[in-house]
Amino acid sequence: MAQATDEKRVLMKGNEVLAESAIRAGCRFFFGYPITPQTELAAYMAKRMPKIGGTYLQAESEIAAINMVYGAAAAGARAMTSSSSPGVSLKGEGVSYMAGADLPGVIINVERGGPGLGGIQPSQSDYWQATRALGHGDFFMPVFAPSTVQEMADLVYHAFDVADEYRTPTMILADGLLGQMMEPVVLPPARDLADLPAKPWATTGTRMARRHNVVNSLYLTPEELERTNVERFERYDRIRATEQRAETYLVDDAEVVVVAFGASSRIARSAVKKARERGWRVGLLRPVTLWPFPVDAVQAALDGGARAFLSVEMNMGQMVDDVRLAVNGRAEVAFYGRTGGIIPTPAETLEHIEALARSVGATRRDADAATTKAGE
Amino acid sequence: MPRIVVDDRFCKGCGLCVDICPQHIIELDADRLTAKGYHPARLTDPDRCTGCTSCYQTCPDVAITVVR
Amino acid sequence: MSTQTSGRGGAPATPAAGNAAPKPAGRHVVQLPEYQRELVDLQPGERVVACRPHAFTDVQNSYCPGCTHGIVQRLVAEVIDELGIEGITVGIAPVGCSVTCYDFFSCDMIEASHGRAPAVATAVKRVHPEDVVFSYQGDGDLASIGMAETVHAATRGEKITVIFINNAIYGMTGGQMAPTTLPNQVTQTSPYGRDVSTAGYPVRVCELLSTLDGVAYAERVSCDNLKDIRAAKRAIKKAFEYQIEGVGYSLVEVVSTCPTNWGMTPQQSFDWLRENMLPYYPLGVYRDVRAEGFATAAEAAAARAAACPIAQKGRE
Repeated sequence: MAQATDEKRVLMKGNEVLAESAIRAGCRFFFGYPITPQTELAAYMAKRMPKIGGTYLQAESEIAAINMVYGAAAAGARAMTSSSSPGVSLKGEGVSYMAGADLPGVIINVERGGPGLGGIQPSQSDYWQATRALGHGDFFMPVFAPSTVQEMADLVYHAFDVADEYRTPTMILADGLLGQMMEPVVLPPARDLADLPAKPWATTGTRMARRHNVVNSLYLTPEELERTNVERFERYDRIRATEQRAETYLVDDAEVVVVAFGASSRIARSAVKKARERGWRVGLLRPVTLWPFPVDAVQAALDGGARAFLSVEMNMGQMVDDVRLAVNGRAEVAFYGRTGGIIPTPAETLEHIEALARSVGATRRDADAATTKAGE
Repeated sequence: MPRIVVDDRFCKGCGLCVDICPQHIIELDADRLTAKGYHPARLTDPDRCTGCTSCYQTCPDVAITVVR
Repeated sequence: MSTQTSGRGGAPATPAAGNAAPKPAGRHVVQLPEYQRELVDLQPGERVVACRPHAFTDVQNSYCPGCTHGIVQRLVAEVIDELGIEGITVGIAPVGCSVTCYDFFSCDMIEASHGRAPAVATAVKRVHPEDVVFSYQGDGDLASIGMAETVHAATRGEKITVIFINNAIYGMTGGQMAPTTLPNQVTQTSPYGRDVSTAGYPVRVCELLSTLDGVAYAERVSCDNLKDIRAAKRAIKKAFEYQIEGVGYSLVEVVSTCPTNWGMTPQQSFDWLRENMLPYYPLGVYRDVRAEGFATAAEAAAARAAACPIAQKGRE
């Protein structure tokens, strides 16, 4: 991850860290629109950007904001927009156009409950939207799910590099809990703008030195559109092969694997620890990339003897679909979640872990021995 | 001697140049078809062309070059 | 490789060459494009007085015969040539009949989603303030789905130039009612004529935008006759010059035709335009801050808000 030049830890709010780390990644163009619970991010940008020669622009809508990211990206800049669930829905059109025109850019979603106006409490109910259907057409985009403030700093930094490398929009899928949380963080070093990747395809003006560049997603010949989509999916294959990320905790010998991302993974981790203390061989698999889903880590858990998977989410059961696809019938898959802005507790999560463990006939070992292992 | 050159690659035979020409010396060539299937404009009386550029100004396909 | 960066985090522009910087007006010499050399076969003593502009590619446009899009785009290309700004110009194409105009202009081009060209143009101009940025939009794109983007780019005083084609109909989708469709005008989706009691009234864009403080220049022109085509070109040139000189947002509305979807010949369309469009959409200058005696739209705005203390903060 980001190589910190000095190990200076600062105490910062998640939303502000997303902003500061984006600036350090070389983002000088931010386009936003106020919405709870991501507003501190925009406010931070409004304060900082004018001081460093960057642009903060409060757009007339999330639609305009994402299309400004489209324009800034076309002009060769590192650009970002942020919003929360209802606002991200509005960005769907622009994200599809960015994917279709192969434009890099970073979209932040600090999720709240839905559907509709929903609520303003933390939620993970935009998993499907982020990993499947943020806009029309055949496309994916890399989605990163931080679970700590430090990871917010690291992943937004990384998201800009991935966006440029594969010429794709990327998303940080956070939630109101992480956005509002304060934790110590070591910020990544500021990138030298001159060292950012060259973009010979950008519409900067020809300077009469080359043929005109065109940024476009329209292909009126079916064969040509198919060809560009096939090429893009070959890029997606490369992303699937090289960009999957997951953190595992006590998965090596686990019979039951809890799968959780973002804020809910923090609760799941406590529950897993408790379950170990109670003698169950339980581990946690935390997807850091939601797309590409860390299928390899799931496969490794299966190969290591996992008999059941429990997807713990702050929604009605969305990521569980990807867990099922990755497990592909080789183990039991169950779901536990709370929604509406309610965060599952470690105790209720533990209940579901134990119920699943019993239902697949998992072995319960001597509790004391297990505790030693869990303490490592 | 002023003259115009119509590029058949661009002309769509809309006839706006025919109407605008103050000398009335442009017509759509009924004997020829462009690759896209239009009857292109042609100069009927080169001697009377004044090179005024009216046809060029009104041509939506920018198919006409005016030479003096 | 370039060593020059924009310094604002944008991709470095390629080294300046040719007509990268704006040239003084009036120095432009018409040059026959390479691809027409053989066809025109220039003889000794002959010179070209009018031909395809350099800012056009050699691609045939996709418009119906007699469509005025081609005339207006030629005017834009000629202005780009005359100002010597092709190398620093970025154009934004809309969704509509002119969606593929990124193939017709030889400057850098971006295709925007429906109505969002002003937002895209805003960002390009913010990334490359030294570039000249224009959007080319029809009435559905600019005044219906993109009205929010249009109004806000204008009120922010974005230093961009908007070329607005008002032909009172959706052309590409086959002739539906537009925000500028006239009362009682028959279209595919107003088959009994636009009923203002249910469909409301047309939007007069120049009148609307001229109330906004960010607007430096807004003029409505036509392209149905030689005199007005020349006037349209002067307006487009002025709009680009105002951008280059940092005066503010500029827009030129061109009252245009759609022979195919109006169901007329190109000639009949011009008659209908003169008879029906021009009385509803009067030609003229709706805003010109320089003519009002101000250097920029910002100065004009400050004068208008002279009695408002907070609006005067930071001035003087």
